[in-house]
Amino acid sequence: MLTLVTVPMTLLGLLEREPSHGYDLKRDYDALFGQGKPLPFGQVYSTLSRLARDGKVTSGDAEPGSGPDRKRYAITEVGATELSGWLADPIEPEPHLQTVLFAKVVVALMLGRPADAYLDTQRAAHLQRMRELTELKRSGNLMETLLADHGLFHLEADLRWIDVTSARLSALAEMVRAR
Amino acid sequence: MTSLQVPAKPVSGRPLIQAIDVYMSFGPTQALAGASLAVGRGEILAVMGPSGSGKSTMLHCLAGIFTPDKGQVWFDGRRVDELNDTRRTELRRTAFGFVFQFGQLVPELTVADNIALPLLLNREKRKSAYAKAAAWLPRLGLEGLGERRTGELSGGQAQRVALARALAMRPQVLFADEPTGSLDTLTGEMVMELLVGIAREEDATVVLVTHDPRVAAYADREVMVRDGKVIDRASAAVQVGH
Repeated sequence: MLTLVTVPMTLLGLLEREPSHGYDLKRDYDALFGQGKPLPFGQVYSTLSRLARDGKVTSGDAEPGSGPDRKRYAITEVGATELSGWLADPIEPEPHLQTVLFAKVVVALMLGRPADAYLDTQRAAHLQRMRELTELKRSGNLMETLLADHGLFHLEADLRWIDVTSARLSALAEMVRAR
Repeated sequence: MTSLQVPAKPVSGRPLIQAIDVYMSFGPTQALAGASLAVGRGEILAVMGPSGSGKSTMLHCLAGIFTPDKGQVWFDGRRVDELNDTRRTELRRTAFGFVFQFGQLVPELTVADNIALPLLLNREKRKSAYAKAAAWLPRLGLEGLGERRTGELSGGQAQRVALARALAMRPQVLFADEPTGSLDTLTGEMVMELLVGIAREEDATVVLVTHDPRVAAYADREVMVRDGKVIDRASAAVQVGH
């Protein structure tokens, strides 16, 4: 899912390709990044307003013609620098799932509940999602395949953690109960 | 974990293949300890589990390669574990196909020879066997490779030949043990796409042993083998929910 940070950056990317109107930006965004979740017009214009306020894009005068907004937007030097930085910087790893699962496992062991069964259930849910993404890959286009791959690799990483944790449950249980 | 074991019951209707409370040991090592598993006709089942969990032993028992020390193995209404060696060999040759991590092809023979081999062993006429082998080549993207020796093939090509050879007898059950284990991600995906696609076309049942969740995700359902027992995650989810 594209986050609030990602939408401005994708719009900056589209504008670095060529100056564009809000309508065209929405159309290109939906085609390239939307994946069934089109960007609302309101979000396009509010994002462009913020980018203009922060000096990352400029907007020309309204051009004659029909339509809600005939302004033509262009990326500025500040916007291009921000875009380059965003592209080059690694994304903050998101360990939230592991944090939640870790807490569940420790609490389960602490209370003598079946931590292994909780992990099995989580593994089943992960695999079900992987099946859905695999099916999406089989029926989708290349862009959908790439997005599905990203999801699959993340789920796979979680599963590896689940498997390793399952194998370490006895030792972890001893440690938890000793405290 | 006992409460999470799969009861000896069919998945829906009568299963095509089933293990009931199977035990198997190798010397002091208990590979299977009361494992039960049912696979429906046309189903693609992934059997997962860590190394040494007993998942490959389970496949070998289902396929009649191993005879369990205790318990029953059924295929299409017949007790596989009670068949004599000759009958079991015949069953494996005619009703089952096998793909392993390493293709186990005969490297000195050509692609066409390897695919035709099980047909020839089943006393099919040479011309017919080679015509059938040739028909498999385009289905697996192996056009123009019929005369190539399999020792000269890439890993992905060799696994596709192994798949063609396994399917040449149009088996009812395809047993695949880590079929992409020696391949890179994209090549493995291609092999899985072909395996699953052709199995569906041929209405074959697939028992797929893998430790790789990306491979298991091609299956209709997965079970986990742990400490010689089979754990059905769907059942586990239900029981945990109680």
